[in-house]
Amino acid sequence: MVQQDLDTPGDFVLEVAGANKTFAGVHALRGVDFALRPAEVHALIGENGAGKSTLIKVMTGVYRPDSGTVRLAGRARDFRNPLEAQAAGISTIYQEVNLVPLMSIARNLYLGREPRRFGLVDVARMNREATEVLGRYGVHVDVTRPLRSLGLGAQQMVALARAVQIDARVVIMDEPTSSLEPREVDTLFSVIRDLKEQGIAVVYVSHRLDELYAVCDRVTVMRDGAVVHTGALAELQRLRLVSLMLGREMSTVREKGTTAFDTERHERREGQPTLRATNLSVRHRVHDVSLDVHPGEVVGLGGLLGAGRSETAKAIVGALATDGGTVEIEGRAMHRRSPAAAIRAGVVMLAEDRKTEGIIPNLSVRENISLAALPRLSRAGLVSQAKQDEITTFFMKRLRIKASSPDQKVSDLSGGNQQKVLLARWLCLNPKVLLLDEPTRGIDVGAKAEVQALIDELAGDGLGVLLISSDLEELIEGSDRVVILKDGRVVGHLADEEVTEEGLLDALATAPEEAEGEATVPGSSGETPVAAATEPAAPSEPAPVKENQR
Amino acid sequence: MTSLTWTGPIADRARLLRLLQEYGVYAALVVLFFVAVGLDASFVEMSNLRVQLFQLAPTLLVALGMALVIGTEGIDLSVGAVIALAASVVPLYAGYGLGGALLVALLLGAVSGAVGGAMVAFARIQPIVATLSLMIGVRGLAEIINGNSAKPVIQPGILDLGSRNIAGLPEMAWIAAVCALLTGLLVRRTTFGRQLVAVGDNRQASRLSGLPVRRVLITVYVISGVLAALAGVLIVSHGAEADPANQGLNMELNAITAVVVGGTPLSGGRVRVLGTVAGALFMQLITAVLTQHNVHTSYTQIVEAAIICFAVYASQERGTR
Repeated sequence: MVQQDLDTPGDFVLEVAGANKTFAGVHALRGVDFALRPAEVHALIGENGAGKSTLIKVMTGVYRPDSGTVRLAGRARDFRNPLEAQAAGISTIYQEVNLVPLMSIARNLYLGREPRRFGLVDVARMNREATEVLGRYGVHVDVTRPLRSLGLGAQQMVALARAVQIDARVVIMDEPTSSLEPREVDTLFSVIRDLKEQGIAVVYVSHRLDELYAVCDRVTVMRDGAVVHTGALAELQRLRLVSLMLGREMSTVREKGTTAFDTERHERREGQPTLRATNLSVRHRVHDVSLDVHPGEVVGLGGLLGAGRSETAKAIVGALATDGGTVEIEGRAMHRRSPAAAIRAGVVMLAEDRKTEGIIPNLSVRENISLAALPRLSRAGLVSQAKQDEITTFFMKRLRIKASSPDQKVSDLSGGNQQKVLLARWLCLNPKVLLLDEPTRGIDVGAKAEVQALIDELAGDGLGVLLISSDLEELIEGSDRVVILKDGRVVGHLADEEVTEEGLLDALATAPEEAEGEATVPGSSGETPVAAATEPAAPSEPAPVKENQR
Repeated sequence: MTSLTWTGPIADRARLLRLLQEYGVYAALVVLFFVAVGLDASFVEMSNLRVQLFQLAPTLLVALGMALVIGTEGIDLSVGAVIALAASVVPLYAGYGLGGALLVALLLGAVSGAVGGAMVAFARIQPIVATLSLMIGVRGLAEIINGNSAKPVIQPGILDLGSRNIAGLPEMAWIAAVCALLTGLLVRRTTFGRQLVAVGDNRQASRLSGLPVRRVLITVYVISGVLAALAGVLIVSHGAEADPANQGLNMELNAITAVVVGGTPLSGGRVRVLGTVAGALFMQLITAVLTQHNVHTSYTQIVEAAIICFAVYASQERGTR
């Protein structure tokens, strides 16, 4: 175990050195070095836009780096496409299963390299072998059934089995557990340990810290296109890991932030909350989340990527089907759950993805602003042009939307102005609660400050605001309270003085099991997280996998 | 971004393309008209124009509905069959006069549209598949109702509709014109029209903005069905016979052609009503001109194909801009 940490150059199975990649002037990778040893499970982590996916794509031949080299087993390689990388022994398992849903399971497993007899596919042999191979992965099914009849988890296992069968030396897994049941995660982990025994190196991308500590040996942390840390995972404390990911040094938390939020907290008005969500659950994504928002307060929703923040907001407005839970607006339960019903009740959500969930690209600024309010601006189904113009002029002035005219196509505006148009769309409905999902992502500094000041002002006017932001500063300085989510569960609350970067990082780094004091986790409990995977001699039985019951 | 660095010829080309997309169909129509007159001055004679308008009216009605459906990123292949269905019930209810026959026909058109719309909105079947199945089923139904052979229609009230003139132009053409005007108003001025375009442009965003996406979709297919049924009644009244096995054949394709040539993108999010009128007119006239100058049907079809390809190409440039 100790000698594992001695870097002996040359014995890496896969090595990326000095890789640079630029897209339209944006540096996706800056001088990235990444080295993978044989028989190790290497965690690759970072927030959205950190460059993980780009790095993976460089390693798998989807992209070619602008500069830098990729070496496989010491030899420099220049993969022109994913097929070449695959042939060389680099297999990738993506979040979405890239197989043929209508073909049989066995066919999928052997696609492109079917066993043949007399030039024809030897179906009997193929099915026999497929059953045997999949059995080892805990998939016991009739392999002649179409792949799509399997659950997503089992499909992922088929993809994995397929990847390994192709003489893989390196297996890259991009968020392999995002659609798996806990039991399937256990199987996956035991498969990963099997791979290690066979000397195969695994790159493991996940946002779930517990998983990383359970299965990974080493870790590479990326941020803003660069590698900020590489080393043994067991030696890295969770808190440190989170602060590395988010780019916040514990010691350098600044006194005063750089956001446009007022440093004063809003006065919390006592009494009935405008929004109360109780035990909201969405399959796989959100588990028993409860929160409330009072008039005039900004409640932050904290958490890492994949913690279920957006899903929670969407569940509240009925954009995502829930398995359970209730939403009350000013004490009245919402029975019909749909965005339209939420709007009528006074709850609106600024969606995270402006392009696909926000703007109507070919319509004008005017029509985008008035879209949700159309029924209120109409009489007998006819839209009142005068009212429409009135609202548009008011909000364009009030939010300082820069457009050549109200008739300009919204897709021609800058990101910041598009965001303001969307804010106007919601504000003209006169909502009681505003759910903001990453309201300042991807907009310029000026517009960002304006949006932040607006949030402050709206709360001052008595609106309840739920703020989701990956920008720590924005979350800390903008929120009066913070509810912290992790793996779809509420794992902590911060109020008043606790709303600091330190408090937030602390809460983010704490495992939910620890916070709730439930479930013993052999692999990752206690003060010193011991990765189960630091015992390479562990037998292939799935014993060391944590019992992850949900 | 590129417009900052590349000015001059590229920008001009983009502008030219934009102009072509916006006004190309009208320019083409004017040119075609003068060419037709130049080739044969009798083209502008009232009798000829009247013939053209008689043929144009049903196509235009169907195309208007099609334009709305296409605006929602859908397509309605069932319209030809709905024409047949409408035709099949006209002889049965002709005894109640025009009003009775028309009412039953439009009602059936609405039901057919509602079925197609429900398949699209609730069962989330792709529009092309949903309306394809409807197209097959409805035509079958029409032939069952009518029997195999064509049935004559002799009631004067019904025949009048297909032959009368108002102010020198066929009543059918007036009906189509009024429908075009109403469709234009619907798209531009009503809540429904704006919602329709928004749903076609970005369905997910529309849903999140609380728009009644399903209701909009169903309504659009109902309108398309009703307009097709109206076209069916006009066809029967003009031809004085109901022949569901043949009437409305390929009408869905003619309608799609008119819409596409009129500049409505198949990707949804935009409905060009006037463009659709011009598109229908253009296709009608070009066929007429070629036929009148004894160009063989096969060549006429090839010319039409070329026009469609060009129209689709021109409208696609918008997306890649």
